[in-house]
Amino acid sequence: MHPALSIIAFTTASGLGYGLAAVLGLGLLDPTSVATKIAHFAALALISAGLLSSTLHLGNPQRAWRALSQWRSSWLSREGVMAILTFIPLCIAAYGAIFQSRYLPIAGLLGTLGAAVTVYCTSMIYASLRSVQAWHTPLTPACYLLFAGAGGSLLGLFFAASGGGNVLVLSVLSVVLLVAAWVLKWLWRQHMLSQVPLSTPESATGLGFIGKVKLFERPHSNDNYLTSEMGFRVARKHAAKLARLSVLLGGVVPVAAVAPLPLSGAVNPAFAVLLAIVAVLSHAVGVLTERWLFFAEARHAVMNYYGH
Amino acid sequence: MSDHRVELSRPVSDEVRKTTCYMCACRCGIDVHLKDGKIRYIEGNRDHPVNRGVLCAKGSSGIMQHYAPARLDSPLLRTGPRGSGEFRKISWDEALTLATGWLGEVRDRDPKKLAFFTGRDQSQSLTSFWAQQFGTPNYAAHGGFCSVNMAAAGIMTIGGAFWEFGAPDWERTKLFVMFGVAEDHDSNPLKMGISKLKKRGARFVSVNPVRTGYSALADNWIGVRPGTDGLLILALVHELLKARRIDVDYLVRYSNAPWLVIDAPGTADHGLFARDAEGKPLVFETVTERVVPAGTKGARPSLSGRTPLPDGRAVAPSFQLLAEEYLDSRHAPEAVADRVGIDAATIRGLAEEIGRVAFDEAIEIEQPWTDVYGERHQTFVGRPVSFHAMRGISAHSNGFQTARALHMLQVLIGAIDCPGGFRFEPPYPKPLHAHPRPHGKSEHFGSNQPLAGPHLGFPLGPEDLLVDAEGKPTRIDKAFSWDAPISAHGLMHMVIANAHAGDPYPVDVLFLYMANMAWNSSMNTAGVIRMLEDKDEATGEYRIPKIIYSDAYSSEMVAYADLVLPDTTYLERHDCISLLDRPISEPDSVNDAIRWPVVEPDRDVRAFQSVLIDLGARLRLPGFSDSRGQPLYADYADYIVRHERRPGIGPLAGFRGLEADRTGRGAANPDQLNRYIENGSFFSAHIPPEAQFFKHANTAYQDFAVRMGFFDQPQPVTFQLYSEELQKFRLSAQGLREPAAPEAYRERIMSAFTPLPSWYEPFEEAGVDKSAFPYHAITQRPMAMYHSWGSMNAWLRQIHTRNPLYVPGAICDAHGLKDGDWVWLSSHHGRIKVEIARSETVNRDTMWTWNAIGKRGGAWALDPASPEATRGFLMNHLIHELLPPKGDGMRWSNSDPVTGQAAWYDLRVNIERAEPDVTSQPHFEPQKRGTREVADELRYGQEWSR
Amino acid sequence: MTSLPSQPTPKKLGLVIDLDVCVGCHACVVSCKEWNTGGYGAALSDQDPYGPDVSGTFLNRIHSFEVTPEGGEVVGEAGAARLIHFPKSCLHCEDAPCVTVCPTGASYKRTDDGIVLVDEDMCIGCGLCAWACPYGAREMDLAAGVMKKCTLCIDRIYNETIPEVDRVPSCVRTCPTNARHFGDLADPRSAVSIMVAERGGMDLMPEQGTKPVNKYLPPRPRKPLAANSAPAAEDTRGATGFFAWVDDMLDRI
Ligand SMILES: Nc1nc2c(c(=O)[nH]1)N[C@H]1C(S)=C(S)[C@@H](COP(=O)(O)OP(=O)(O)OC[C@H]3O[C@@H](n4cnc5c(=O)[nH]c(N)nc54)[C@H](O)[C@@H]3O)O[C@H]1N2
Ligand SMILES: Nc1nc2c(c(=O)[nH]1)N[C@H]1C(S)=C(S)[C@@H](COP(=O)(O)OP(=O)(O)OC[C@H]3O[C@@H](n4cnc5c(=O)[nH]c(N)nc54)[C@H](O)[C@@H]3O)O[C@H]1N2
Ligand code: SF4
Ligand code: SF4
Ligand code: SF4
Ligand code: SF4
Ligand code: SF4
Ligand SMILES: [Mo]
Repeated sequence: MHPALSIIAFTTASGLGYGLAAVLGLGLLDPTSVATKIAHFAALALISAGLLSSTLHLGNPQRAWRALSQWRSSWLSREGVMAILTFIPLCIAAYGAIFQSRYLPIAGLLGTLGAAVTVYCTSMIYASLRSVQAWHTPLTPACYLLFAGAGGSLLGLFFAASGGGNVLVLSVLSVVLLVAAWVLKWLWRQHMLSQVPLSTPESATGLGFIGKVKLFERPHSNDNYLTSEMGFRVARKHAAKLARLSVLLGGVVPVAAVAPLPLSGAVNPAFAVLLAIVAVLSHAVGVLTERWLFFAEARHAVMNYYGH
Repeated sequence: MSDHRVELSRPVSDEVRKTTCYMCACRCGIDVHLKDGKIRYIEGNRDHPVNRGVLCAKGSSGIMQHYAPARLDSPLLRTGPRGSGEFRKISWDEALTLATGWLGEVRDRDPKKLAFFTGRDQSQSLTSFWAQQFGTPNYAAHGGFCSVNMAAAGIMTIGGAFWEFGAPDWERTKLFVMFGVAEDHDSNPLKMGISKLKKRGARFVSVNPVRTGYSALADNWIGVRPGTDGLLILALVHELLKARRIDVDYLVRYSNAPWLVIDAPGTADHGLFARDAEGKPLVFETVTERVVPAGTKGARPSLSGRTPLPDGRAVAPSFQLLAEEYLDSRHAPEAVADRVGIDAATIRGLAEEIGRVAFDEAIEIEQPWTDVYGERHQTFVGRPVSFHAMRGISAHSNGFQTARALHMLQVLIGAIDCPGGFRFEPPYPKPLHAHPRPHGKSEHFGSNQPLAGPHLGFPLGPEDLLVDAEGKPTRIDKAFSWDAPISAHGLMHMVIANAHAGDPYPVDVLFLYMANMAWNSSMNTAGVIRMLEDKDEATGEYRIPKIIYSDAYSSEMVAYADLVLPDTTYLERHDCISLLDRPISEPDSVNDAIRWPVVEPDRDVRAFQSVLIDLGARLRLPGFSDSRGQPLYADYADYIVRHERRPGIGPLAGFRGLEADRTGRGAANPDQLNRYIENGSFFSAHIPPEAQFFKHANTAYQDFAVRMGFFDQPQPVTFQLYSEELQKFRLSAQGLREPAAPEAYRERIMSAFTPLPSWYEPFEEAGVDKSAFPYHAITQRPMAMYHSWGSMNAWLRQIHTRNPLYVPGAICDAHGLKDGDWVWLSSHHGRIKVEIARSETVNRDTMWTWNAIGKRGGAWALDPASPEATRGFLMNHLIHELLPPKGDGMRWSNSDPVTGQAAWYDLRVNIERAEPDVTSQPHFEPQKRGTREVADELRYGQEWSR
Repeated sequence: MTSLPSQPTPKKLGLVIDLDVCVGCHACVVSCKEWNTGGYGAALSDQDPYGPDVSGTFLNRIHSFEVTPEGGEVVGEAGAARLIHFPKSCLHCEDAPCVTVCPTGASYKRTDDGIVLVDEDMCIGCGLCAWACPYGAREMDLAAGVMKKCTLCIDRIYNETIPEVDRVPSCVRTCPTNARHFGDLADPRSAVSIMVAERGGMDLMPEQGTKPVNKYLPPRPRKPLAANSAPAAEDTRGATGFFAWVDDMLDRI
């Protein structure tokens, strides 16, 4: 699948945003601190930026409002509806924190729930597609949720280290979620790599009863919408390298940064903030890479007709 | 729930105009839907006898053909050097005055210095007539580089050819065997027919080195090695003779099998038919045991036995010679299997199947009819085996004899023009002698006078050759000379090379119409480009001083013209698909058709035919101007209606006579074109049921043909299994007949002009070191492109923006090649660097590519960076117009020695891995990209979308 | 609506494509483009039409495949690879995933005849339906920013302004080998249903669970020639040599 920048940016940013929102919604940061106020703002900003960027690839963005109508059947529509619904408790919670320095538990918990459901909806857009076999597994939403959680707690940790709250809780949470996310991601990738293709050139053409099917000539010699959209190919060698890089940046480096953070925080708060920044940035780059691979490595069934 | 609105019954268009497609020579009927004065949709005309409503990809993309930015928009005069594509727009007045000046001067001084050749011409009856009135001996259309082997062998053997002049009986055939066809001229009828017979469960066998297109549908694919079909066919003949699966009755009635051949070696009559005083061939009558003229009522001619004639000369029926020849074990499947690349069991299986179906599954149609010998028959007996062949056998230097062999096979099993067999399409069959002799000897032309007769035809012997006293050719293309004695369609592929070399003489004006000679219709394209650019050192003038060219699009050839006469598109002009030309008849019906301007040109262009008629009048050619020098015709439309070739016979057969009630013969009808338009732009006359089969010998058909004006008296055909005409050339080669063949030609005439069909090794294969060039390379026509003229069409070009070289898996493995690798492909003449793709559906010694996808940068209004110009390629660079030099230093033309047919598919190559690349080699400097604005996005029809 | 019709549609209009006779001529491809550009919805645009990166929107495309038998059917002459041309357009699936993923309701399956359509006025061009379709039957028009797909020529098949014989899809009408057939696959007595039953019409990628309406007729089995080839026996009926036989035949005529 073509790794469209707008979509990668969207899922990464909104994942971080919703993760942070969830952390805030659980009341893990001190509502009275400036850092927490900024955190609320950051969560909303990340979510909005993500949503905006997702409309960039629309052919007719002026009609984007129509995408809210099909929540009964379409995960994309559900995602849109949930995103908007979730804004309500998130804004209330943000209002409470920013203007009243208060943690509003009902709004907060509803916000956390909304964030989780929204991320789940996003992931289900992909996981529901049988045509992209790699995505079509419950591991996909699990990964999305864990990555959002891990990213959110890392961000939360950053704000905590910046004076917003309990560093230790968030450090532990971050490490746990990071490890869980990457373990699951590893499983996800093994699952993808070991998959017996659901569809093959033989089943795609029905000609398997005669023999092995190989593309002789594609319909048009140049690329077309389908081959550019669905026919993206990344060399296996590079993919493996990138996958390792993503774990390194998205998992190993953040864990390495977060583990000594509670201690260092006691010694030098500024250093702790620095570690948190390193962890967040490295994680973001790692997740961007992971998302890129999520698309680039996924093979669409239609490619059975195009010889790759 | 559903608030989705779909407008279901929107009218398609404001108006439908019916005309004829011209995106290939199939000439299907089309319904052109017009909306707001633009073309909305083009669909097939359901009533049309050719296509019955269907259209191919090209026909369906007529919109993009018509609105292509590559269309020329005004007459052009060259300003830059040849090939640059730099021109100045001029007025028609200026263009025609200039052309008249150039041509008038030549006609006055030495008319042969005009070479007028036409390519994809569908108005050869006009262009040839014009050339004849002009008086140059140098005219031909493209048949010489196309399929003259097919046409000449067919006409000389059975009085008609596969090539548009006949078709399999799709309704009834039970076994259809096709040799070397990728697409053909008759492409929609072939597609319809193949599908029809497959649905009936009939067997379809394709003999072709490549298994794509039609061959992909075949029940049996026989992947022969190129150039060996003759061996295969003669092995089939061997098997059928051995199994006695031959139709003796048919042979006796309809062929020259019983005619007696003189056996008198060393005399001028050896191998000719014994004839009576009136010239009638003789047969041996078995009951009376006397020699009587063929066709004597009640005679039972013998097919075997040597007898002396009263004058003492020994004779034998030609069939005796035939059977002796082909029963020889040289022709056994085992003997040829290796060379052909097909195992003997398959060859035998095919022979067996042909015999079985022809005789055990014979069919009969209850329909009384009378043959030309006066005998009444109650039924038509059918041998439901049919054959078709095209350039796969034709485009070889042994193609003429291979095509003859195939026709012989058909005659032996009695499968010509019978139910279930191959059926003639009127005005064919037509016996060889009913065709004209070629004209162009020095006594046939002269200053300011018309040529004494038609240019093209069939020599009946060496005495009809167009050579001077020394045996030198009198035509620029050396047609009808010892180089190619029966070159019935001329040798267009030799014109530029010969004119450049001044051999046999230079020309002053080269006048071309609709032929991309600077690119895909030339062999040795880079060499031809050099010849067109080459200047005489002494004068600084181009070696070919003046080139006039008519094209409708900015092709590669346009860039080499000095004066460009821009044509309209096919939707903007009158045309006539005439029985005097390449007809569109079907086995059951006589058909002709017109085109008319269904849209008006929006540019300063004129229909070439009208321009030619105008030039004819300006030059005061007889036939185009009256005695006072006034033009005879206003334009082509006027000519179509009023021109008469013979009294009462004009370009169109339908709606003749003032009442529009005459068919075939009748006075000119001023309203004729309107009647055609009302009728869907075609005319069709059904052949009476008793005249539909055995046309070559069917009284009712012969009478019908005379009524229709094909002939003035009946012209039955006797199939010529044994060709006396060919034997005459051998006698000349032995010095036994006048004129004697020059020494250098004798050997090749002896081997190539055998009176019975034969096979010899293709010349290039025989001439090169086979280990240096171990493989074959051929091209195929893509169904969605017409030669070079599909690339300006935005919809068609997407299908093939480039062409890989398809290489058999075995060769890939031997050379460590895989998809997308680059290779050098070399021949004795040159090398090209191209991208490959692996393929398993091809003969193991053969590689191939699509024809004419590669383009010169800038041509066809394409961006020079387009894949057509960067990664596409032409095979033509490897094919030379001359064969490799032999010991005697003489370089023969790379053509069939009988007909001059260009031997495109004789090519031998070697393959070597090359460095990966992004540009194929050779690569040419781009020409200027035309004058029109080229859009970077198309949304055709957006204004109608709702 | 984005939800699929709750009941099976009373009619299932679709195409039956005969792989035994498709020659891969691309006529249906171009004819489809020609009918639909200027017909239903936005024009089918072409980008860089005369340049290096030419690419356009098509609702129907022809692929060609080489099929090499490995112990399967012995085709043609033993072991020989076969080339099969393969047209592909929307299959108007009964369980069309392209419809259910659509967030706007632009994609829908008609309840009365099962045709799957895009209402272009509602389409936001998100492209998700193209992802959902395993067959590659949907293409985004880059100029209009809306999703295009085969309409089954809905503006022909019900069009009362054209003659009844012509109320078939453009691709069906133009196909020179009659490899494309149009009809109601819900009606077991329709010509297309009978064809499917007799020829073993198949679904593409049944494992995707889309339940395509369109069916493909597999290439017919081939009978090899070599099987015929008992060596050509010298036919010795009533005569000894070939010429004696010939003359004997002549006597019988
Ligand atoms: N779409 C389309 N239609 C066309 C044209 C076009 O350019 N495009 N061109 C028109 C013209 S001018 C012509 S002349 C006709 C030509 O019509 P075809 O004769 O059908 O054209 P070719 O592509 O030359 O096909 C020759 C076939 O012969 C095979 N072949 C090559 N060598 C041999 C051999 O030695 N033995 C056998 N048995 N087969 C062999 C090739 O693989 C190929 O399949 O098509 C006409 N129709
Ligand atoms: N390697 C290889 N080369 C081959 C062959 C092969 O099999 N292999 N086949 C050969 C054969 S059989 C043939 S027939 C030739 C064909 O080769 P060409 O005769 O060169 O055919 P086209 O490329 O179609 O070029 C015809 C020209 O006609 C122009 N034209 C199109 N429409 C019109 C119109 O309405 N009016 C006018 N005035 N001009 C128009 C086109 O723009 C084009 O420039 O190619 C030959 N070349
Ligand atoms: S076969 Fe195609 S291009 Fe040729 S005349 Fe017919 S519709 Fe036109
Ligand atoms: S028009 Fe018919 S034969 Fe041609 S590609 Fe389409 S389905 Fe196949
Ligand atoms: S083929 Fe694709 S676009 Fe058509 S209905 Fe099925 S899933 Fe949808
Ligand atoms: S592209 Fe249009 S039709 Fe497709 S899912 Fe998006 S909104 Fe629906
Ligand atoms: S039914 Fe109509 S829209 Fe669909 S592929 Fe055929 S021509 Fe195109
Ligand atoms: Mo040709």
